[in-house]
Amino acid sequence: MIVAEKKPIEEIIDMVKDHEKLLVVGCNECVTVCEAGGKKEVGVLASALRMYFMNQGKKVDIDEITLERQCDHEYLEELRARIDQYDAVISLACGVGVQFMAETYFNTPVYPGVNTCFMGVTEERGVWSERCQGCGQCILGRTAGICPISRCAKRLLNGPCGGSAKGKCEISKDLDCAWQLIIDRLQELDRLDDYEEIAPIKDWSTERAGGPRTVVREDVRQ
Amino acid sequence: MRLRYPDTIRIVRVPCTGKVDVLHILRAFEKGADGVYVVGCLEGDCRFENGNLRARKRVEQAKAILNKVGIGGDRVKMFNLSSGEGPKFAEYAVEMTQKIEALGPNPIKKAKEKLAA
Ligand code: SF4
Ligand code: SF4
Repeated sequence: MIVAEKKPIEEIIDMVKDHEKLLVVGCNECVTVCEAGGKKEVGVLASALRMYFMNQGKKVDIDEITLERQCDHEYLEELRARIDQYDAVISLACGVGVQFMAETYFNTPVYPGVNTCFMGVTEERGVWSERCQGCGQCILGRTAGICPISRCAKRLLNGPCGGSAKGKCEISKDLDCAWQLIIDRLQELDRLDDYEEIAPIKDWSTERAGGPRTVVREDVRQ
Repeated sequence: MRLRYPDTIRIVRVPCTGKVDVLHILRAFEKGADGVYVVGCLEGDCRFENGNLRARKRVEQAKAILNKVGIGGDRVKMFNLSSGEGPKFAEYAVEMTQKIEALGPNPIKKAKEKLAA
């Protein structure tokens, strides 16, 4: 999933302080799971903002809604009939949702309520970590299902580097060396021979380095 | 045991303090409550294992938010006792009431009146 973190309330207040009618919009997908932008967080933020503005003697109307997703037209359209009632929207979706909202409602200012961090997993409640950088050319088949692009600090394709010590990466003693993990798992799978093969230079043009990306599927396109 | 405790307190019963959400606490303040305290079982004694520990975290979350929006995090507090400690329940009620009296009313109430005027 896409992992995000709540923005500090003071930062949000600063962004929206000049508006008088706000809609806080949550998203029912990834940001709900990582407890940053679901229905609950919408309620908490809206309540906090109401108290803040009221306490400042400022009349600001704040409504709440949570959409199934903010990255698909069909759900964003649910706001069409009421969007004009608002001066601005605070979207608690990931950066993708915030942008699609802004594209869809061109005349309404849209502010982000979360910081979008990465694509990752829930290790345990309250702990999320990165697993994929969407490089567009997945090599997990060669690396024992462990991604060196997202999990090795140097994105090495033929690791480890000389900084790997006792299974940890040289940038932090709390971080596993991705290449140690890869070697351990190759060994477990009895595939250490694969490790001897030198990985060719990766085509980075499918990654962000090649500019913004688009996937077009003519077979499903309408 | 017929113990007296301040009659300014309104009790909201929940099956376990683990049911108390940060949103419940915030809404109470939004509606003008001067203070909110959560009374749970002793830590380590939760019938549902960690309900009271969850409640403690939510009280902490509410505290942080109330501080940021200018209501004051001191108005919310978590207490723990065992179900046999009636006198303690009354004691906590007095302690919290005194604390809130010292802090004065929830500033939202005044602000609301001003806005309505
Ligand atoms: S190799 Fe690329 S696509 Fe595969 S998990 Fe890593 S970053 Fe993601
Ligand atoms: S120590 Fe391991 S994870 Fe860290 S940069 Fe070197 S190879 Fe990558």
